[in-house]
Amino acid sequence: MWKFIVRRLIITFPQLVVLSVLVFLAAQFMPGDALTGSIGNPNITAEQLEQRREALGLNDPWYVRYGDWVSGVVQGDLGESYRFKMPVTELIGQRIVNSFWLSVVTLIFTYIIAVPLGILSGRYNDSLLDQSITGYTYVGFATPLFIFALVMLWIFGYQFGWFPTNGSVEPGLTPGTFDYVLSKLYHLILPGISMALIATVNTVQYLRSEIIDTKQRDFIITARAKGAPESRVYNRHILRNSLLPIAAFFGFEITGLIGGTIFVETIFSYPGMGQLFLESVTLRDFSTLVSVVLLFGVTAIGGALLSDIILSLVDPRIRIK
Amino acid sequence: MSEELLEVKNLKTSFRIGEEHYAAVDDVTLTLNKNEVLGIVGESGSGKSAFAFSLMGLHNRAKIEGNINFKGENIANTAPGKLNKLRGDDMAMIFQDPLTALNPLMEVGDQIAETLILHRSDMSQKDRKARVIELLNMVGIPYPEHVYGQFPHELSGGMRQRVVIAIAIANKPELLIADEPTTALDVTIQAQILDLIRNLKNDMNSGIILITHDLGVIAEMADRVAVMYAGQIVEVSDVHTLFENPLHPYTRSLLNSVPNAEGGQDKLHVIQGIVPSLKKLPREGCRFASRIPWVDASAHEENPVMHEIAPGHFVRCTCHSQFYFPDESKEVQSNGVSGS
Ligand SMILES: Nc1ncnc2c1ncn2[C@@H]1O[C@H](COP(=O)(O)OP(=O)(O)OP(=O)(O)O)[C@@H](O)[C@H]1O
Ligand SMILES: [Mg+2]
Repeated sequence: MWKFIVRRLIITFPQLVVLSVLVFLAAQFMPGDALTGSIGNPNITAEQLEQRREALGLNDPWYVRYGDWVSGVVQGDLGESYRFKMPVTELIGQRIVNSFWLSVVTLIFTYIIAVPLGILSGRYNDSLLDQSITGYTYVGFATPLFIFALVMLWIFGYQFGWFPTNGSVEPGLTPGTFDYVLSKLYHLILPGISMALIATVNTVQYLRSEIIDTKQRDFIITARAKGAPESRVYNRHILRNSLLPIAAFFGFEITGLIGGTIFVETIFSYPGMGQLFLESVTLRDFSTLVSVVLLFGVTAIGGALLSDIILSLVDPRIRIK
Repeated sequence: MSEELLEVKNLKTSFRIGEEHYAAVDDVTLTLNKNEVLGIVGESGSGKSAFAFSLMGLHNRAKIEGNINFKGENIANTAPGKLNKLRGDDMAMIFQDPLTALNPLMEVGDQIAETLILHRSDMSQKDRKARVIELLNMVGIPYPEHVYGQFPHELSGGMRQRVVIAIAIANKPELLIADEPTTALDVTIQAQILDLIRNLKNDMNSGIILITHDLGVIAEMADRVAVMYAGQIVEVSDVHTLFENPLHPYTRSLLNSVPNAEGGQDKLHVIQGIVPSLKKLPREGCRFASRIPWVDASAHEENPVMHEIAPGHFVRCTCHSQFYFPDESKEVQSNGVSGS
């Protein structure tokens, strides 16, 4: 198992290099650089700018600049945002934490919904219950998340007024207090549920088909031939074997959240990475955009890595080797 | 001493394909006594496994008609709750395909122990483990303590087959259905497993249904033999009569297809063709008629039934009396022993 994990970690390294090169090259094709923000500043002349460029190494060949950029990123220096006029690292700081908590809440809701629905649907497949659940998943597939999130916001945020409609916490509360944490949670619930209700349909369908598939495997017949009652056949044999691929899917689920946060955070005015992404696109804040995309990419790679590690931990066919 | 353990009467097992039901087992009537081995032979697709599954009540969506009297009670179409008391305890089955019959995520020792947990709830965990090790030993698995904690994918096909056998015999069933129990095993292990089954019969007075392609195994193990073709029993008799005086054309063809002493296959007097698929089975008349078209149609019964030719020797249809292999007349002269 350790061999597998180490090998898997080693593969991650070239993935990160390729990602960083791609992001870097993409950034090169975008207009502007670290000093674009200073253009038009009456106190700085064009020559001074050129000197600064030279001093900062902006005129070096691309691989030198790539090296500089990577070593900066590794040390946590993502450059300057020329719209917000502050270091990108600082800009991202709190937002990444916000997005992290939003993702956690969404994932919890996703599984709270998916596991029972998937199990019921798979166990009683082709029943009325299954047809209703499958119907829900089709609706979920067909509904764009941003429209659904807007509807949720309108109904539960504005019409009923049950949930806050923007921000990540009530202003004026002291970080660390109980009220602060509670308010944070309160702000997470509606966006989290909105995203989970749509994102979960994949998992429901996946779990359903896993169960239907496992149900007709030969070892289930062996279990019945032993005299195992249906409840035991389900709990010991069918569920265990069907939940395993779902567990392994967990990492990819995280990757899938990236797209969702972009819409949901924007709609709920929730200050996270997704909102920052759209903002930096509309504001043409390329140094921020590049950093956000890089972090999204790292998350995706990390998600895939996590999936494989979970699989290696829970599947004896991999664990043993 | 021949006490009846199992009596199957007019069993019919049909599967729904599209709008219609097709019978994979049709009009099967059989008895099995305690301390008896009944061999079932027949080509691939003749319904042997479908019959075995019907006895165990393991078909998911099949229509079962007729009676299965086991220990004096009809268990055809009984509720699973009642069946679960019998399955794995009084009746058990060795499955044909050892590669898929085990749960890939469960240690093999635990899979054997599960049978004990289900029927021997008074057994302590320690005793249970000891019994599993004993069973692993009995089926000839080396290093049983080590194998206990292994997963199926770590074992060879033959080893998995033995685990499947250990599961089946764990509770010393009175009825053991062995569906090709030795196909995945080499000759020495095969002999060992057959011994094991024989011991179960002798020690426990169990009745055994032994499904196999291997007529050598039948000759060695079976007391009586049922020959199955296209879902029906076409001939039943004690094993000696069957080998000495086979009547049904299908039985005769099967016996002739046994590899001879030189290792080659005696191709003489073997009827060509295969069992038709379920949907293509003739619904009326003799099901074997299409494979022996040279025999006059009038030789067959309109609705073939089993005829008792001699005490305990049954054969289906009347066609056997007029049957001959196409080149038999020549062969009879040169060989002198063909047919009967
Ligand atoms: N669940 C099922 N649904 C539909 N058809 C089935 C089902 N089970 C078996 N059959 C069909 O019934 C026929 C008999 O199959 P069965 O597996 O019993 O043959 P068999 O004699 O055991 O063959 P083999 O020697 O290859 O194991 C085949 O035509 C098969 O396709
Ligand atoms: Mg079979």
